[in-house]
Amino acid sequence: MPKELNWTALIVFIVLFGLVTILGFFAARWRRGDLNLIHEWGLGGRRFGTVVTWFLLGGDLYTAYTFIAVPALVYGSGAIGFFAVPYTIIAYPFVFIVMPRLWSVCHKHGYVTASDFVRGRYGSSGLALAVAFTGILATMPYIALQLVGIQVVLAAMGIQGDIPLVIAFVILAAYTYFSGLRAPAMIALVKDAIIYITIIVAIIVVPIYISNHMGNGSGILDGYATIFAKVPSAKLLLAPKVYTVFGTLALGSALALFMYPHSVTGVLAANSGRVIKRNSALLPAYSFLLGLIALLGFMALVLAVKPVKPYGAQFAVPGLINLVFPSWFAGFAFAAIAIGALVPASIMSIAAANLFTRNIYKEYFRRNASDREESSVAKFVSLIVKAGALLFVIGLPLQQSINFQLLGGVWILQTLPAIVFGLYTRWFHRWALLIGWLVGMGLGTYMAYLQKSPITPHFASSTYSLHLFGQVIPGYAAFYAIIVNIAVTVVLSLIFNAVGLARGADKTVTADYEAADVIAEAVAIN
Amino acid sequence: MANDTAHDGTSSTGEGRSNGKAFWYLLLIIPFIATLWVPFYAGKDPELAGAIPFFYWYQFLWIIISSLLTAFVYFMTK
Repeated sequence: MPKELNWTALIVFIVLFGLVTILGFFAARWRRGDLNLIHEWGLGGRRFGTVVTWFLLGGDLYTAYTFIAVPALVYGSGAIGFFAVPYTIIAYPFVFIVMPRLWSVCHKHGYVTASDFVRGRYGSSGLALAVAFTGILATMPYIALQLVGIQVVLAAMGIQGDIPLVIAFVILAAYTYFSGLRAPAMIALVKDAIIYITIIVAIIVVPIYISNHMGNGSGILDGYATIFAKVPSAKLLLAPKVYTVFGTLALGSALALFMYPHSVTGVLAANSGRVIKRNSALLPAYSFLLGLIALLGFMALVLAVKPVKPYGAQFAVPGLINLVFPSWFAGFAFAAIAIGALVPASIMSIAAANLFTRNIYKEYFRRNASDREESSVAKFVSLIVKAGALLFVIGLPLQQSINFQLLGGVWILQTLPAIVFGLYTRWFHRWALLIGWLVGMGLGTYMAYLQKSPITPHFASSTYSLHLFGQVIPGYAAFYAIIVNIAVTVVLSLIFNAVGLARGADKTVTADYEAADVIAEAVAIN
Repeated sequence: MANDTAHDGTSSTGEGRSNGKAFWYLLLIIPFIATLWVPFYAGKDPELAGAIPFFYWYQFLWIIISSLLTAFVYFMTK
């Protein structure tokens, strides 16, 4: 880690950071709405079209932490890290089919969260609480890891201590409070522009650098040939025994991605279901970018970038940037990563705040909360959520945050049956879904608990080795847990439906799910 | 449960009015098969430009194919 401050990088960084701060506050006036209403503050008034949604969801899903962690995994463990590519390929056909239905029913009934939908569909506040609770639980460590992303790039510029991180977070908290979802939507435009520039420059300049230093100096193609030739064969290709890990990680993560509250928030902020369909075809541009970023892990490996304590392999990309680029461009790239952390952190805190306000506060404490009260509670909770994440990062070792985030993925997938199955059928019984969820949560957590590594006795990974008919099949714990969850849900639904256990009232009708082509006007909230 | 039966019947039909077009949605299964059948593309050969292993360029190629396929289904079901 650099011992001295890199002033040039820092100045470029501060200028860009200052620019997005101004944008964040200015966003309150953008497509003006009454920010004292939760669907205006927390969903941007459901009026984002195809382009803004592309930037918003792109900034939301492809987080700074992804940009640090995926190449770090490739750098440390090799080909397995590329599971992120099939993961972000298959997420979109799934989104194309499923999410317009969610948008449609939520638009129709003024639902702000997935939990609102579950409440309306199953007439079950218990199931809705389970979905809201899981969402908040999975989101907290995810926000914490965005902070880690900021911390890593600050460290790469030679900045020590927690104060700069606190300052960055106070700024973030303030404009999220004032502008709501409009702030990250507007900042995402800038963030994505500088991220794309950074990556495109990196995947051209770094291979040329490698060609000049380690290859025959003939340029970019020789650079790539050198990279792939120098990666140790154990890291270059998957060992056959991890094929199932690779596949289940990709599938499990893809199905989990849009169960996260921040993804749902991005989807519901669109002005029609069509916008979501179009974005299913357009968002893979970011997946391509992510694949290129994953390659940076190999570039860092080939250039022998050293892991740095306490960040370890997480330092691969920042270290690579420091090694290859002049200070001014390093500052630009680090700003891209740090701003890339602000957008998802902001949306995640808004999503968690929406869940708390709608599905816990209003449901259990203030049944008759007015629209204005809802909005002010949500704004306040967004501050609490971020403060909690900050304490998480400052108070706990980095490894703990990473472990929790891995668990978050396992947990959030367990809400899929309640949300996604509910979009198609009322056959599943609310109590069966709730028990299935509980079993999935318990089992997934237990499978992750059993994983140890030299660094940590528990929760070392989210891969579990299933012993089945004398075979050992290693796979993503979330995937095994969701299969058991679904099996329990099906069996118990059969039983509960047969014995006629009360099913709860369904406030929705078939047509509510099929109005994805309607363009949202000013939406009344229920 | 009896009072829910009518409701179940209507809400479980899913595709409803777009029956003729629902067929196109089946195309979206292809990316799942192409990317989740890992042994198919886990190898080194054929290398692209004599340098990039199959495992890598195959995945990048499928990002593009999957995106085009999704766009195609969008236009066919619009």
